[in-house]
Amino acid sequence: MAHNIIEVKNLTKKFGDFTAVKDISFSVASGERFAFLGPNGAGKSTTIKMLTTLLLPTSGSIMLGGHDPVREADAARKSFGIVFQDPSLDEDLTAQENMEFHGVLYSVPRDTRRARIEELLNFVELYDRKDSFVRDFSGGMKRRLEIARGLLHHPKIIFLDEPTLGLDPQTRNHLWQYLEKLNEEEGITVFFTTHYMDEADRVAQHIAVIDHGQIIATGSGEELKKQTGTQTLEDAFLKLTGSEIREEGADSLARMRMFRGRR
Amino acid sequence: MNAVYIMWLREIKRFSRSKSRIVGSLMQPLLFLVSFGFGFGAVFAAAGQGNYINFLAPGIIGMSIIFTSIFNGMQVIWDRQFGFLKETLVAPVPRIAIMFGRTLGGATVATLQGCIVLVMTLLIGFHPVSWLLIAPAILIMLFIGTLFSALGMMVASLMRDMQGFQLVMNFLVMPLFFLSGALFPLSAVPEALKLVAAIDPLSYGVDALRYFLINATTYGLGLDLIVLSGFTLVFLALGSYFFSRIQV
Repeated sequence: MAHNIIEVKNLTKKFGDFTAVKDISFSVASGERFAFLGPNGAGKSTTIKMLTTLLLPTSGSIMLGGHDPVREADAARKSFGIVFQDPSLDEDLTAQENMEFHGVLYSVPRDTRRARIEELLNFVELYDRKDSFVRDFSGGMKRRLEIARGLLHHPKIIFLDEPTLGLDPQTRNHLWQYLEKLNEEEGITVFFTTHYMDEADRVAQHIAVIDHGQIIATGSGEELKKQTGTQTLEDAFLKLTGSEIREEGADSLARMRMFRGRR
Repeated sequence: MNAVYIMWLREIKRFSRSKSRIVGSLMQPLLFLVSFGFGFGAVFAAAGQGNYINFLAPGIIGMSIIFTSIFNGMQVIWDRQFGFLKETLVAPVPRIAIMFGRTLGGATVATLQGCIVLVMTLLIGFHPVSWLLIAPAILIMLFIGTLFSALGMMVASLMRDMQGFQLVMNFLVMPLFFLSGALFPLSAVPEALKLVAAIDPLSYGVDALRYFLINATTYGLGLDLIVLSGFTLVFLALGSYFFSRIQV
């Protein structure tokens, strides 16, 4: 049995009366490409936030790279890199400065840092733009930079929350080629969410489907299709989660963006 | 330690690049200096209080510092909005180092701003009592900047978005400024106002600035420093506490 780099047991998160994540358990093997799928508002991001120490669980346990994100937050934080669903770059800094900032926060020694930044920026084809301000970047360039940044400190796990959202097929393919290469060559565990089912089917070795805060199916793409008697993962997904459209409340952040946009 | 430095450096870089912010934040002190300074100058002198520009200049420096540093502390809210806060929150760094670096950065920026305002007051006709004592006055600026950056961070940690910004400006920053002795001598005001000023940390900041710049003081430098230290420690502690509790 492969060693599990992520172990989640009976994880629950409540916001007041609302239970966003209900008693979920799952594990991800080291070096695996794992897709975490679910409709909007199913609890994906909440789960990722708990795994990555941004949110405290109501109950249950998590082990991440051998550390508990609640009790040994900093040790757990060292073991992963993350690309958030929303941008998280400092737009008033250059690409190089965003990378430097991250390297210093993660205590990557100066020489290693310089070399690694150059290597990663070349890899995501942003090296010639390293001194441009991030605010001048396109959505795809920002995503690529965030991925480079998330990998700077050699994490064992990379979390990607809808990394390909809003990207054109060229950039999407480029990103996945890159991530699969990293996964195969460096053995980095890839944990991602996406709404593109073909992407999940192609990339992931293991899939978990979450809906209404509960995990309703797990297995490989093939297994999920077999379980539901469908031809494509998209059909399997719809069969598992129903075809009703989900409401996702505009959170305060979304409202604030609108507010800022008006000024 | 590196985390404190990089958080500090980020504030400095952002400030030095934002020319509109620098120019914009100089307009308000300039307006106060010109309108109050020249507008009330004659009345102030007739009342036997001396040169109003000299009295006012340290107060306006204090004003620019409190506005800049509280605003800087509240940048946490923008960072939350633009997502950058998450990048710092998943980093394997103690929360207190992040908070401390940001606070020092905000204080440094506010001090730079205070120095620019100081130069402006000199151009308008302010005469400091000694050029040498400008050095300790700059240290006092840094002190005031740290105190209010920490306060700004504390407030920002408790807010989810910028909707409450006006509330903070009108119910916290404005009273702190207007009720301190920045604009008028505290020796001649009604007892009630004297009491309010006595619990306003900015009163002590401005008083310490006046001690070094025009050799005048209401509370005495010793008490100024004690009160400023006390408030700074309390706000740093509370700021770190609330900042460490942020979840996104």
